[in-house]
Amino acid sequence: MTTPLISVRNLHKWYSGVHALKGVNLDVQPGEVCGLVGDNGAGKSTLIKILAGVHRPDRGEIRIGGHPVEITSPKIAMKLGIETIYQDNSMVPTMSIARNLFIGREPLRFAIGGLGLIDHARMRDEAIQAIGDVDLHLRSPDALLSELSGGQRQGVAIARAMHFKSKVLILDEPTNHLSVKETKKVLAFVRSLPAQGVTGILISHNLHHVFQSCDRIVAMARGEIVLDKPIEETTVDEVSDVL
Amino acid sequence: MTQLIRAKAGGVVPTPAPGGTVRKLFRIYLEKPELAGVALLVVLTLVFAFRSNGVFLSADNLRGILGLLPEVGLVSIGVALLMICGEFDLSVGSMFALMPVCVAVMTNHGVPFIPAMLLGLTISAVVGFANGFITLVFNIPSFIATLGMLFMVRSLTVVLTGGFPPLLSSELPIGIFTQFVGPAGILRVSFIWFAAVALIAGAMLSGSNFGNWIRATGGFLDAAKSMGVPVRRVKMSCFVICSMLAGFAGTIQVFRLGSALPSIGDGLELQAVAAAVIGGTSLTGGVGTVLGAIVGALLIRVIDNGLVMSQVDANWFKFTVGALTVFAVVANSWLRRTARRIKVEG
Repeated sequence: MTTPLISVRNLHKWYSGVHALKGVNLDVQPGEVCGLVGDNGAGKSTLIKILAGVHRPDRGEIRIGGHPVEITSPKIAMKLGIETIYQDNSMVPTMSIARNLFIGREPLRFAIGGLGLIDHARMRDEAIQAIGDVDLHLRSPDALLSELSGGQRQGVAIARAMHFKSKVLILDEPTNHLSVKETKKVLAFVRSLPAQGVTGILISHNLHHVFQSCDRIVAMARGEIVLDKPIEETTVDEVSDVL
Repeated sequence: MTQLIRAKAGGVVPTPAPGGTVRKLFRIYLEKPELAGVALLVVLTLVFAFRSNGVFLSADNLRGILGLLPEVGLVSIGVALLMICGEFDLSVGSMFALMPVCVAVMTNHGVPFIPAMLLGLTISAVVGFANGFITLVFNIPSFIATLGMLFMVRSLTVVLTGGFPPLLSSELPIGIFTQFVGPAGILRVSFIWFAAVALIAGAMLSGSNFGNWIRATGGFLDAAKSMGVPVRRVKMSCFVICSMLAGFAGTIQVFRLGSALPSIGDGLELQAVAAAVIGGTSLTGGVGTVLGAIVGALLIRVIDNGLVMSQVDANWFKFTVGALTVFAVVANSWLRRTARRIKVEG
């Protein structure tokens, strides 16, 4: 068996007395799309927030490509090649598409101590390319995010993740608030991740979406993993039963 | 007349046609909301020039307006930056008095001018840091944290001076702020300081990655955080910058007036918020520009002066500024909603 791209061992997390993760073990193989399902409060959001560097685990080990890592901030997660798309949209509505694509990673003309002047021309060009790369059709990279529909916004979030050449793309309920047509598009994109050399983790409470687009399904309940099987070896009914 | 009004209310309300010039105007407005303020400024200037038979645009009068602008303008820039990153500072009016009082007291005790100025700026920075620290560490609204600071700092200025304005030594090189320069001596040097600060702040906000973070932090805190923006450091920096600009501005005013009154800047915090808002800064953060804040400050100065020049009872000044503030916010939110409705994204 190949070295797992992400390997999580005995991960624990407490939130002011609540034991949100109780010793989670999870391996994600390179080039697979892993579906993470579970009821509200099952711990799936906590788990991916730890991988995305938003939260720190209280105990346990994370390995990326076999190397132990400390994901202390979202910046570090991104450096490790982990990009995350959140359900409530990780975009700033009052800013332009181009600016949104590069928040925290602006192309600079020069910089002193990490601060510097943005290379606007380059940012704009790269934005146009990033949007085109994911087959999104938008008027202009200067349009404000708030002018876009939910699906278009999610498209921009996807464009951002792909542009920065992520190794692992975590999608946290990416189809919430989307129309049926837009949902289909996002799921098709998830399905296409392995072909683009990207490993995916899809969090959803819609089992049908997971069965449509994932290779493997991991179910969580009460802070533990209660089921971990390839899609073809399980059924929607079996998964619903354990949740 | 009544008929006309009724006709207007009866559905002839001008609805922007989809496409064409109106649409273009809305798009420009969405991208540069401060232009509405500029347009208003031009209109008011023309009205006041006409009503005052040209006195409003005379060199003497412009000298008065432009002499005051740097002082309120600097405060407004700081307040706007802070509002864009999603926080408030109500203590700027008090800070406006504290730094000059400190500088006056220090120079009277033999501290040379430049070290006294630097120490004064440091004190301003410390107050700003305290504002940020209280807000961020105790996780309380900056409105409350800085409201407390408003009283504390004002009290400090009175305690420091014993209530009497300390004398300004005549040997201080205050000419580097107050000297008249330019054609017909229309500007004071303070205007150049102001312009330099405005240019730097403007370039920072729209051209630097730090400016991008300020907008992201105020626009949607969670998104900024998840993209790795150091939101606490961004906010802290804005608190410090805002406080330093207020202290600096107050010091310029004191040099111009020649006396460090412990009561100056009273009420200035709200005028600065009004200026920022009139210039298109959003109260909820994320939206606003340095130019907008300056235009807002200038509008307030123009109204103050223009009313006097056109021989309107000057007591209407606050009424006008208040009405304009409300109007600006109502108009801005209406324009934003309408712009969205006509689907500018095309």
